[in-house]
Amino acid sequence: MKINYYPGCTLKTKAKNLENAAISSMQILGIEMEEIERWNCCGAVYSLTDDDLIHQVAPVRNLIRVKEQGGDKLITICSMCYNTLARANLLMQQDKEKRDTINRFMDEEIDYFGEVQVIHLLNFLRDAIGWKKIREKVKVPLADLKIAVYYGCTLQRPPEVGIEPIGSYELMTELLESLGATVVDFPAAAYCCGSYQVVGNEGAAQNAASIILDTARVAGVDALGTTCPLCEFNLAKNQDALIQEQKIFKKIPTFYFTQLMAVAFGLESRTCLFELNDPASVDLLTSKKYIGLT
Amino acid sequence: MPTLLTSKIIKEEFVEKISELSGQDVHICMQCGTCSGSCPMWEEADFSIRKIMHFAKFGMEEKLENLNTYWLCASCHTCTVRCPRGIDIARVMEALRQLTLRKNINFIEPSKIPSEKIKEYPQIAMVAGFRKLTS
Repeated sequence: MKINYYPGCTLKTKAKNLENAAISSMQILGIEMEEIERWNCCGAVYSLTDDDLIHQVAPVRNLIRVKEQGGDKLITICSMCYNTLARANLLMQQDKEKRDTINRFMDEEIDYFGEVQVIHLLNFLRDAIGWKKIREKVKVPLADLKIAVYYGCTLQRPPEVGIEPIGSYELMTELLESLGATVVDFPAAAYCCGSYQVVGNEGAAQNAASIILDTARVAGVDALGTTCPLCEFNLAKNQDALIQEQKIFKKIPTFYFTQLMAVAFGLESRTCLFELNDPASVDLLTSKKYIGLT
Repeated sequence: MPTLLTSKIIKEEFVEKISELSGQDVHICMQCGTCSGSCPMWEEADFSIRKIMHFAKFGMEEKLENLNTYWLCASCHTCTVRCPRGIDIARVMEALRQLTLRKNINFIEPSKIPSEKIKEYPQIAMVAGFRKLTS
């Protein structure tokens, strides 16, 4: 089966590990992720001002690409892309006046009325594949891995576009349990990591990330599972400095859920591009003997 | 020190501007403080969001100038989903940022970000950061 897939900018560079692991794992499940043609940046954040329609053009253009290519579903993996595309889609479905303005503005494109369904890969895994099939494909069960799922903001907020209701973390929990891991209750699962504030107010973003990492330490987890390249950056890339500043007390390795899938499916570890993760992540997997000891 | 609310301080047209940009009615805020208690950035903020909402309600434009609270907002929407009055507070914060940005004033200067940082940042951090913090 082929599915239309929107990667987004970061998955092509800094988070290539998220994409590579996803494509390879989906192949194991018999799904070919076909990148939509001529996609562009979604804008990363949804515009929150009522009169600002120009920033809706970028996400809507991607949805038009899918419609043009005859598709009715679009799969995304990055949390921020998912949020931006899903909210722009909702606007095109619900606000007739703004929809007309946007369609008229993009007069060289076909008209769009919100026909495409934006789906996050986690939803797709549950609804189109099912945990049973995923369990069957597991070759290296992640037994003895205590992990917490970290959703962050954009997967669930606002609730109109949430991949599941606020306060519920079943999707990633059930996926990781299917892979053999033990999912630990984690009170900071939906805390904000500081997001784009790492660019403007780095200290504030680091404090926000520290609270999440320290909560993970207290919960006694080995690692965190995420879907968002920005969360991964804020949480993982600065831990040594945070330890020095005594904002956190222990390194917490982080993984994308797709990497854990690829490892559990017994794929070669180079498909996961672990060099883009913090070294602590690959060390953990090696010490648990999930990946080769070479 | 208490501020005496006079017609000079209360700028109804400022409240209208916020409503127009955000699509939210700040008047219905009942000052419960749930937003302040939910904010991941509370520690660094000059004033809590509750106070920002209070100033916004009364159109106290000068009071809101040069505060960092709405610039620290990461649009995480925690306050939005928790507000018992149903105000989309993230939109109110965006409106306050836009009121400055639309005067062609940047909160951060992209050219001043060290090149080694630019190399590190994932694209979404920069795209999102520049969209929220530069004009």
